[in-house]
Amino acid sequence: MNSLILAEHDGHKLKPATYRAVTAAQRWQSPVHILVVGHSIAAIAQEAAAIHGVARVMLLDAAALAHPLAEDVADLIVRLSRAYQVILAPHTAFGKNVLPRVAALLDVAMLSDVMTILGPKTYVRPIYAGSVHVTVESADTVQVLTVRASSFAMAATGNGAPIVTLAISAETSPATSYGVRWLGATHNVSGRPDLVSARVVISGGRSLGSTAQFQAVLAPLAEKLGGALGATRAAVDAGFAPNDIQVGQSGVVVAPELYIAVGISGAVQHTAGMKDSRVIVAINHDADAAIFQVADYGLVADLFEAVPALTEALK
Amino acid sequence: MKILVAVKRVVDSNVKVRIKPDGSDVDVAGAKMGINPFDENAVEEALRLKERGLASEVVAVSLGTAACQDVLRHALAMGADRAILVETDLQLQPLGIAKLLKAVVEREQPGLIILGKQAIDDDAGQTGQMLAALLGVGQGTFISALEVLDGEIRVTREIDGGTETLALRLPAVVTADLRLNEPRYVKLPNLMLAKKKPIQTYNAAEFGIDASPRLKQLNVAHPPFRKPGIMVNSVQELVEKLRVEAKVV
Ligand SMILES: Cc1cc2nc3c(=O)[nH]c(=O)nc-3n(C[C@H](O)[C@H](O)[C@H](O)COP(=O)(O)OP(=O)(O)OC[C@H]3O[C@@H](n4cnc5c(N)ncnc54)[C@H](O)[C@@H]3O)c2cc1C
Ligand SMILES: Nc1ncnc2c1ncn2[C@@H]1O[C@H](COP(=O)(O)O)[C@@H](O)[C@H]1O
Repeated sequence: MNSLILAEHDGHKLKPATYRAVTAAQRWQSPVHILVVGHSIAAIAQEAAAIHGVARVMLLDAAALAHPLAEDVADLIVRLSRAYQVILAPHTAFGKNVLPRVAALLDVAMLSDVMTILGPKTYVRPIYAGSVHVTVESADTVQVLTVRASSFAMAATGNGAPIVTLAISAETSPATSYGVRWLGATHNVSGRPDLVSARVVISGGRSLGSTAQFQAVLAPLAEKLGGALGATRAAVDAGFAPNDIQVGQSGVVVAPELYIAVGISGAVQHTAGMKDSRVIVAINHDADAAIFQVADYGLVADLFEAVPALTEALK
Repeated sequence: MKILVAVKRVVDSNVKVRIKPDGSDVDVAGAKMGINPFDENAVEEALRLKERGLASEVVAVSLGTAACQDVLRHALAMGADRAILVETDLQLQPLGIAKLLKAVVEREQPGLIILGKQAIDDDAGQTGQMLAALLGVGQGTFISALEVLDGEIRVTREIDGGTETLALRLPAVVTADLRLNEPRYVKLPNLMLAKKKPIQTYNAAEFGIDASPRLKQLNVAHPPFRKPGIMVNSVQELVEKLRVEAKVV
């Protein structure tokens, strides 16, 4: 039996999370196939074929799939599922949208945000905003799971796996028959590295006070360190930062080499998304802030003075 | 149009969850319980649609023990018209919940079904998508905006890198993000009034559905503590530590 990974890409490039999912899939020691769905994505299939540990790339390239909908992707995976004992995807908005649908159609349970794969059916995953880790064993014959990208290393490249082109007719689209239509999307272009795989993440909280200050204070430091920007829910809710950079229980989980928390109180819902970073720095003017409990280096200071000084000192 | 909203009873988000001495499970006895935060957004959205004349009735449903009545009362106090409790002592998991919710949907025939995007206890984020799959309808997950048009809805979804807008023909399932709205405060008189609103109770066994758990919990543990850090006194000292000790800049 084989393992199937649902590839994550942005229409141009494979997302780093996919390389990490390949590492996770090696745990089953069975051939790993990657499914790439989209339109005009031959180059992305080539990228997938180059990942070490991939035995086959399955490519479905169709105009109707330019913006793949969960209803269609889930249906496709279910049609391919007979050959697979493991179906996995990175725990991203895309994977989270599709895989529960697959699991329900296959009548199996699903494991979300898996951090450790202990055995072919045994996993460790976070519950209660990561304050508790649970070890669970599945009773199902097919394993459907999303994996936490930051818990698995990037797979290496240099492989040349075969690419199999799937031909599926567009008239069998469940999304169309259910009356689901893609209308549009907005993309936040930052020009900075991908948040989930960045080596350095600089995150700001509500205390930054405005969108302008969020950028003026944090961006130069991110620029200096080649890092990505992150934010708390409070900062996103206040409109200082876009929703897709929210770090935490209901946002994304990151584990960079260096995480700098600026003016962040340290609620568990936030630390759920960053406490596995290798080195954590916290800058907060309240010496009692909970963020200092997870920090390797804490600095009690006004962020509006400390952050520009830090950027300057790193020059 | 009738709207069905699924509300889960969970440990309050401010509670530090303890673990039983034998590590078999979390110990939530006596912990403060309440409505799952995302489900409060789901109820709020349904009520706003009703207040704008776009929905005729808002029905809240919860699955679990009789204790779930408190979160149903909360939904009623917010303004839901009636409530349904599907009672069971089974340890429920998303697939089983989705199957039971499907049975409720078949009885109630709602035009729109709203769930939370995730429960803050299991952090699974699966039930809405599973329900949509079992019902054979479209799904709009992690939504931060919803608009009702003729026979369809338009939703804005929070996705990696931005947002996405979809049109969904009704009936459909959507799951609420915290940014969908700001839930109203429940006023005490409304809580009193809610006591008079009906809660219809089904025994889950009546549905003849196998909702037994598929995942076996082997143990639970707190994640390992990080090694205690240090406080630095200046930006200079911080840079020094990051360069020499942590070797990260
Ligand atoms: C269901 C649920 C899910 C949630 N999910 C998430 C999530 O995914 N991610 C997330 O982040 N939150 C999440 N939250 C919210 C979380 O509980 C906190 O409310 C949030 O993280 C607080 O953000 P904050 O630290 O920016 O703001 P605050 O808690 O208000 O903290 C601001 C901090 O800034 C400091 N400060 C102020 N001014 C200065 C200054 N000039 N210099 C230095 N320091 C200063 C203060 O001392 C304070 O510690 C969730 C909550 C719930 C209920
Ligand atoms: N026991 C339950 N009763 C009612 N609704 C539930 C229950 N469990 C989950 N849900 C709904 O499903 C959503 C997602 O839950 P989950 O998939 O467990 O993260 C919740 O926000 C609720 O809307």
